[in-house]
Amino acid sequence: MTVPQTVPYLGWSWDDLVFLVLAGVMLGSSLMVVLSRNIIRSGLFMVLAFAGLAGFYALMGATLVAAAQVLVYMGAISVLILFAVMLTQSKSGPARLVFHSQAWAAGIASFLVGLLLIMSVVFTTWPLAVPTPIAQSARDVAKLLFEHYVLAFEVISLLLLAAVVGGIYLARRDDIPDPADPVTRSGATDPGTEAG
Amino acid sequence: MSHSLDAYLVLASLMFAIGSFGFLARRNAIAMLMCVEIMLNGVNLAIVAFGMFTPALQGAGQVIALFVMAVAAGEATVGLAIVIAIYRNRRTPLVDEYASMRE
Repeated sequence: MTVPQTVPYLGWSWDDLVFLVLAGVMLGSSLMVVLSRNIIRSGLFMVLAFAGLAGFYALMGATLVAAAQVLVYMGAISVLILFAVMLTQSKSGPARLVFHSQAWAAGIASFLVGLLLIMSVVFTTWPLAVPTPIAQSARDVAKLLFEHYVLAFEVISLLLLAAVVGGIYLARRDDIPDPADPVTRSGATDPGTEAG
Repeated sequence: MSHSLDAYLVLASLMFAIGSFGFLARRNAIAMLMCVEIMLNGVNLAIVAFGMFTPALQGAGQVIALFVMAVAAGEATVGLAIVIAIYRNRRTPLVDEYASMRE
């Protein structure tokens, strides 16, 4: 049995069907992130929205970015956010109000922003754009990253180091005894740590 | 449809608008950070789409998208640390109860 060239009964190409399904998943789960009352549910829908986006990158042929999206967003950032949700859950459960009292103004503003962006996209012709995505392998991206953009790459690594140090400093508890402090040092029960 | 720049850009605009509404309207600080991530992802989709559909950019779109991801990871780390530090003082993650930071 062979797969037909187009979607049966609809006449679309398979790429268009995948595009529509991914668009529905991504936009629907983004809306659920914003509207969901339970914040853990928001976080899990955010993972689904990131998965849809990784599908878009793969559909365009940007395989390296798709893999990085799965690793960085679905793997790391989602877990980080879910941990923060668990650390800040109050015992009273989900808040009574999801939105604050001026949410109508936020709705109007974001609707206008979205309308403006979509109108500017639709009414602009992109003279340099081509109808099909260019072919770009991971090797091409790596060559570009480590030759032309290598300075930016090093700066990014420095930025990540600074973010890690800053995150630890900000989230640190104040009542943890300072190991360099002589008062808490003398109160230590284990002499083995003193020698080390 | 899957082979046009406009479709991807419209999707990125919609995602950015959804994220901006959530950032402005949600009360929970962590939900606001989630919405910032949604906005960043919308912009990233636009960047990758421009890079893939414009040969004159010589494939820089994917590289810039990777940089945006790294900066977003750092932003999430520091932002969540700030939220946890405030939660430890005020015992609530709801931003409209942080009224004393106004003065």
